[in-house]
Amino acid sequence: MAALDSDSEEDLVSYGTGLEPLEEGERPKKPIPLQDQTVRDEKGRYKRFHGAFSGGFSAGYFNTVGSKEGWTPSTFISSRQNRADKSVLGPEDFMDEEDLSEFGIAPKAIVTTDDFASKTKDRIREKARQLAAATAPIPGATLLDDLITPAKLSVGFELLRKMGWKEGQGVGPRVKRRPRRQKPDPGVKIYGCALPPGSSEGSEEEDDDYLPDNVTFAPKDVTPVDFTPKDNVHGLAYKGLDPHQALFGTSGEHLNLFSGGSEGTSNLLGDIGLNKGRKLGISGQAFGVGALEEEDDDIYATETLSKYDTVLKDEEPGDGLYGWTAPKQYKSQKESEKDLRYIGKILDGFSLASKSLSSKKIYPPPELPKDYRPVHYFRPVVTATSENSHLLQVLSESAGKAAQDPGTHSRHQLNACKRAELLGETPVQSSATSVLEFLSQKDRERIKELKQATDLKAAQLKARSLAQNASSSRLQPSSPDLGHCSWRMALGAGTATTRASNFKPFAKDPEKQKRYEEFLVHVKKGQKDALEHCLDPSMTEWERGREREEFARAAQLYVSSHSTLSSRFTHAKEEDDSDQVEVPRDQENDVNDKQSAVKMKMFGKLTRDTFEWHPDKLLCKRFNVPDPYPDSTLVGLPRVKRDKYSVFNFLTLPETSSSPTTQASSDKVPQHRGPDKSRKPSRWDTSKQEKKEDSISEFLSLARSKVGPPKQESSPIVNKEEEHVLEPLSNKMVNKDVDSPTEGEGSRPSMDLFKAIFASSSDEKSSSSEDEQGDSEDDQEGTEEATFRSSQEIDLGETSSLAHASEPVHPEPTPFPIQKMEIDEREEFGPRLPPVFCPNARQKLEIPQKGKHKKNKEKHKNKKEHRRKKEKKKKHKKHKHKSKQKNKKSEKSSSSESTDSSDSQSDEEGTTDLSPQELLRRLKCLPLRRQ
Amino acid sequence: MAFPEPKPRGPELPRKLLKTLDCGQGAVRAVRFNVDGNYCLTCGSDKTLKLWNPLRGTLLRTYSGHGYEVLDAAGSFDNSNLCSGGGDKAVVLWDVASGLVVRKFRGHAGKVNTVQFNEEATLILSGSIDSSIGCWGCHSWRPEPVQTLNEARDGISSVKVSDHEVLAGSVDGRVRRYDLRKGQLFSDYVGSPITCTCFSRDGQCTLVPSLDSTLRLLDKDTGELPGEYTGHQNKQYKLDCCLSERDTHVVSCSEDGKVFFWNLVEGSLALALPMGVGVVQSLAFHPTEPCLLTAMGGRIQCWREEAYEAEGGAG
Repeated sequence: MAALDSDSEEDLVSYGTGLEPLEEGERPKKPIPLQDQTVRDEKGRYKRFHGAFSGGFSAGYFNTVGSKEGWTPSTFISSRQNRADKSVLGPEDFMDEEDLSEFGIAPKAIVTTDDFASKTKDRIREKARQLAAATAPIPGATLLDDLITPAKLSVGFELLRKMGWKEGQGVGPRVKRRPRRQKPDPGVKIYGCALPPGSSEGSEEEDDDYLPDNVTFAPKDVTPVDFTPKDNVHGLAYKGLDPHQALFGTSGEHLNLFSGGSEGTSNLLGDIGLNKGRKLGISGQAFGVGALEEEDDDIYATETLSKYDTVLKDEEPGDGLYGWTAPKQYKSQKESEKDLRYIGKILDGFSLASKSLSSKKIYPPPELPKDYRPVHYFRPVVTATSENSHLLQVLSESAGKAAQDPGTHSRHQLNACKRAELLGETPVQSSATSVLEFLSQKDRERIKELKQATDLKAAQLKARSLAQNASSSRLQPSSPDLGHCSWRMALGAGTATTRASNFKPFAKDPEKQKRYEEFLVHVKKGQKDALEHCLDPSMTEWERGREREEFARAAQLYVSSHSTLSSRFTHAKEEDDSDQVEVPRDQENDVNDKQSAVKMKMFGKLTRDTFEWHPDKLLCKRFNVPDPYPDSTLVGLPRVKRDKYSVFNFLTLPETSSSPTTQASSDKVPQHRGPDKSRKPSRWDTSKQEKKEDSISEFLSLARSKVGPPKQESSPIVNKEEEHVLEPLSNKMVNKDVDSPTEGEGSRPSMDLFKAIFASSSDEKSSSSEDEQGDSEDDQEGTEEATFRSSQEIDLGETSSLAHASEPVHPEPTPFPIQKMEIDEREEFGPRLPPVFCPNARQKLEIPQKGKHKKNKEKHKNKKEHRRKKEKKKKHKKHKHKSKQKNKKSEKSSSSESTDSSDSQSDEEGTTDLSPQELLRRLKCLPLRRQ
Repeated sequence: MAFPEPKPRGPELPRKLLKTLDCGQGAVRAVRFNVDGNYCLTCGSDKTLKLWNPLRGTLLRTYSGHGYEVLDAAGSFDNSNLCSGGGDKAVVLWDVASGLVVRKFRGHAGKVNTVQFNEEATLILSGSIDSSIGCWGCHSWRPEPVQTLNEARDGISSVKVSDHEVLAGSVDGRVRRYDLRKGQLFSDYVGSPITCTCFSRDGQCTLVPSLDSTLRLLDKDTGELPGEYTGHQNKQYKLDCCLSERDTHVVSCSEDGKVFFWNLVEGSLALALPMGVGVVQSLAFHPTEPCLLTAMGGRIQCWREEAYEAEGGAG
């Protein structure tokens, strides 16, 4: 698989450097064992991994001195000639490079100096930042801010300081008394005792009861309230492990290490930030002491009850939480005590304000009306017409606005039309209130017709069901009265008669319809006994009663059905039973002359058809080609509407007068043999037709002369006739497969079928293919003949069989020698794609023969099917190309062969008693026999 | 256009059998080179599609996912995708590297005989025996084709695509050329069912073989017949044909187990290369070198010119 490897190299991505290829005969080197691997520094000296710090005392050469020769002071200068000036040697001179490196004991890297080491940090801001960092989407995003701290304090700080404010204190008037609860955290150690008296809490702590009067305290610093919403699933106030706490801790450490002065106060303030700062790394009650932590006193934190409130009461003012709870006490206190006793000092040039700032005025929110509901509901939109003006008025009144003069409409009440009017745009086709107005006159008419038809149908249905109901219930005495008054009521409303003339529930029975109409007229006139007048006197009483009821119901129903039904149903978007069908405008014209041209090898104009063809826009885009017809919505070949049942859609007859140099674009009468919805005419038509050119074309010309102008122009009656005639035909074609099983099953196929199948010969092939031609064609044939005979009123139920009978070509597999000669080249048009070769992968050798046989067999199968009308015929009949597809499928060989044969077996099993084995055996010996 | 020079042509024809590969996928329905000719695809009747290095004879990957035999395949210009069509009526777009099915288009009503990418591999054009050509967008999830060309009256046996044209040969005996730029459809009548089509590399001509054992060279613009090539046997099967790498020769399969080479201009038979017993089903010519792949039965064979020396000892 070396080849594979080397080959697969090409499309593999490799990382790293490969090993060098081995020399011829060279042994692969043994890898150096781990203990023998060494690390050297840049000077080639071994590096040691032992020692106190990095490198430790690897200062010398192999733990001795700096060179191989021993320790030699490199800068020895004899003091005899030039006195060595006393160079001041610093400790660095005796240090190794390692010590000066980043991780050495005296790193030379840039470090923050004291100025920057956040002694003067704004701790409130820092706290805020910590909070932000903890809750920020990217934890530690504020890290940079921490590293780069401004060295200078802001002016406000300076001013406050000058006024006596100290870090850690709150801003505001001093308070007399520290609340007892606010003890410093017992966990915090307190260093030093020289606390500034003003801000000390220590004294208070020593003796709770003793509170000197003259001592005031600064208010406690305010912790910014954290308003971040809780978006996790932890318990309240719980924070998960946050590794960034360690980072903040380091900054706190800095503060502690280098700012001894502020330590005391910060401790006393007992804020969380510093607490954390004291303890490096992750802290928490559940965690032990990390390796980096210096203090281990607080591992098992002791909970003291003094941390908790034991009494429910209002919070003390100035406890740092006023931002949150805003206790009234505090507010009132602030308002009452106007003398802000600030910490004594007032800056030069400043004085206390004599009058306080006018407090901000707060406007209350508007009051909601009592009956306000916070839900909006939309009022029905009513277009102003004469009938519903009243309703409209009511609505608008209820909406709280009186009907307004259109001129005074505000901007928001304008609709698009009015706006357009104001803007001076050209109005859109009047004020089209209905889609109908956009339609063309013709379409409108058609829609009208359709509507009428559907109305009629629905009404008929309903009438029938109602009549049935009525007849079932008519024995009850009250029903006729009911019917009476109901129809009278309905008619009395006056709506029924408006379109009654359109409504023909009894159209099938013209007499009855007439009577019904008469009845309607009478009713309209207001005659009470209208019904009696118009009923047929010759009818029996029962019939009369029945009809009376029917009429009443119909009249009543029409009123309701017309409005309700029509509002519920929409008309089909596509008319499914129009008499028109789309047919490509240009047809590839007849192949006869082309064939001769091909025979004469006169390729070129004679054999070429050129059509206008519209590619899809997307197709053009994908091909990177500009759309050749940018403003056409058409796709494919241009199409025209043709009469659906025109013979010319189905015929593929040659134009007898066709000149040899016709082109599709020429204005010759087009051949209507283009693809139809149901089936595509195939070359079979042409070949077939060529075959029997004289007979059919003669026939056709005859027919044409009879009909005169082309069918499209023929009178509607003829068309209708055609239609009627064709419908059963097509029905029959469809039905054929339904009843085919009954036809085909039961009887064992005659022997000549098997002969036809298994006795293969070349002439037979031709005949079979021809037969198939006929087969695939015969539906069309049927059509043609049907149309021709339609004028002669032939019973069309039998057309197809007639077609068979009258067709001299297909029925028998017996070859027609002359025809065979004729179709010899045609045969290559075979229904199949040229078979897929290599019939059998496993038995590669007798490929072609098998293929051929297969094909023959297939054909015969087709033939057989055709004749026996097996269920497979369905496909065959419905779609010519489907049958072809089948053929092709069957032409598949090798792997498909088994399925095919089983296929055929199953086919035959339906009709014959042949065992599959037998069949298989026969199939197998086919090639031999053939040779 | 590189019309044949007067210099000896013989050695240029691939007549030396370089390699025989037993594909092991049933009958090989089609063999196709990829865009640069380094690899080839074989479509097997056992529902698989295989990617080979034909010179080395190594199997690179097997693509399975068709529900029936694979009838044709093509590779995209960037070698990233393959498309194939088969008896299961599906057109499948494959990812070359992963071997997975990217899209499966099931719009045809019959076997898909032929598939082809357009120039930028944004479309797959597939010809089916349902007599339609589907243009499927490779990148869209629309199950229906961008456009269906259903002008043919019978099964499509072959589709070829150039930068602005689609050439389709149909069993109804016509070659249709859809010119997207002009917005026109040219339909040339040949008469006999067409088994394959081929653009010449200069884009001037189309090669059209048909079941009357004739190959015709048709002028694209006028539909005239500059050349006709006969001598081989092709009466039943859908056989491939192609032009040699510099349009000097016409190459066609034959049902008598040979591959025929004709001089394109003179129309004379240059070589009939015997392959063995059976039908040569499919062939493919290397885009730049005189290298021919033929498929017969379950094997493919790689042919090079006489002077060719295999690189290294690989394979």
